Amino acid sequence: MSNTVHDMGGMHGFGPVEPEPNEPVFHGRWESRVFAMRVAMGAARLWSIDGGRASLETLPPLTYLTSYYERWFNGLERQLVKHELVGEDELAAGKSLRPGRAVNGKLSLAAAQRVRGPMAPFERPAPAPARFQPGDRVRTKEMNPATHTRLPRYARDKAGVVEAIRGCHVYPDSAALDLHDENPQWLYTVVFTGRELWGEEADPAIKVSIDAFEPYLLPA
Amino acid sequence: MPPADHSGHDHGRGHDHSELSELQLRVRALETILTEKGYVDPAALDQLVENVETKIGPHIGARIVARAWIDPDFRAALLANASEAVNALVGFDPVSAHLIAVENTPQTHNLVVCTLCSCYPWSVLGLPPVWYKAFPYRSRAVIDPKGVLADFGVALPPDSEIRVWDSTAETRFIVLPMRPEGTENWSEERLAGIVTRDSMIGTGLPRAQP
Repeated sequence: MSNTVHDMGGMHGFGPVEPEPNEPVFHGRWESRVFAMRVAMGAARLWSIDGGRASLETLPPLTYLTSYYERWFNGLERQLVKHELVGEDELAAGKSLRPGRAVNGKLSLAAAQRVRGPMAPFERPAPAPARFQPGDRVRTKEMNPATHTRLPRYARDKAGVVEAIRGCHVYPDSAALDLHDENPQWLYTVVFTGRELWGEEADPAIKVSIDAFEPYLLPA
Repeated sequence: MPPADHSGHDHGRGHDHSELSELQLRVRALETILTEKGYVDPAALDQLVENVETKIGPHIGARIVARAWIDPDFRAALLANASEAVNALVGFDPVSAHLIAVENTPQTHNLVVCTLCSCYPWSVLGLPPVWYKAFPYRSRAVIDPKGVLADFGVALPPDSEIRVWDSTAETRFIVLPMRPEGTENWSEERLAGIVTRDSMIGTGLPRAQP
């Protein structure tokens, strides 16, 4: 789903930003285990990074609106059940009731020693030349797909300018549904004025950019 | 301070102790299940946690910024292709393959956000702070960046333009802040000491005093 509460750019009502002095990396051990489990299960190669994001976005809104690692935990449980890695009965029992299924990989200690972040490149050979060049005026599409997308609502049907080409990348809208459907697309940094996004009352000193995949864009 | 074991900034509704304990039990049980089924190695999980708690963090980004301040060739390389420049400098496993450095100038201040989730340049800044992942920042940075900066006590010159970068793809952004005046003769190490994490997100400025 794309028009869910995760797409919150421009929403009001969440209050001030509250930086925490001397913030620890994790607020409790359970957060660190959720983090590590979610990263490690990526090695099973059953879903893409956007498939993982979609598992969070499709949580019920009130579940989404809990803390970050509660959200990660609930999304991970759903992914594990959806991909038949863990049964609902096992989650309820709090223990394994049968052997695991075959997966495409397991994060070893040696590999974990090399992991410093999501490093795998997302760039792919281009199936066609880029349709747009820096300086081109474009308009983002009005679109409301029921499935995952990375075009935020606040930046749909807006006029902008292509500032840079970032290469041809795995297309999230496809790869979220099927890990193997990478459907590579050209990726552009597109910049908008604050007034185009937010109306004539907006501060004229503000510009906002998104990184937009070619299918999100029309010539303007 | 939030209570221990609670990343309380994300949400307004409270959780009593028993609910948190239940969550902790579920987390523990899930790790047991995943281990028993052979999907994860607990030692690898420990290592992942150790990486983000002790190895990666803003000190890496600070080193990059300090080098860019003293070495014009590195600065040019960083702005042209940050992934290549950073890998050459830091010399560890590849950083995020699509790292982009954006430079603050007297005219333009850069601010990085991920409105849709929590995209952040882990490899050079570590894991993001809670506020970066929380709803106030994600919702307001693109519509009211000056208000967000005010929450951080940052006031820009009135004629500054603010450029907000919403991390909607696998590109990752690090802000190259302006070098403070009065640091002309400083060593690279001393310069790195004033480069804060927030200054590389755009919600802060390098500290005037180390």
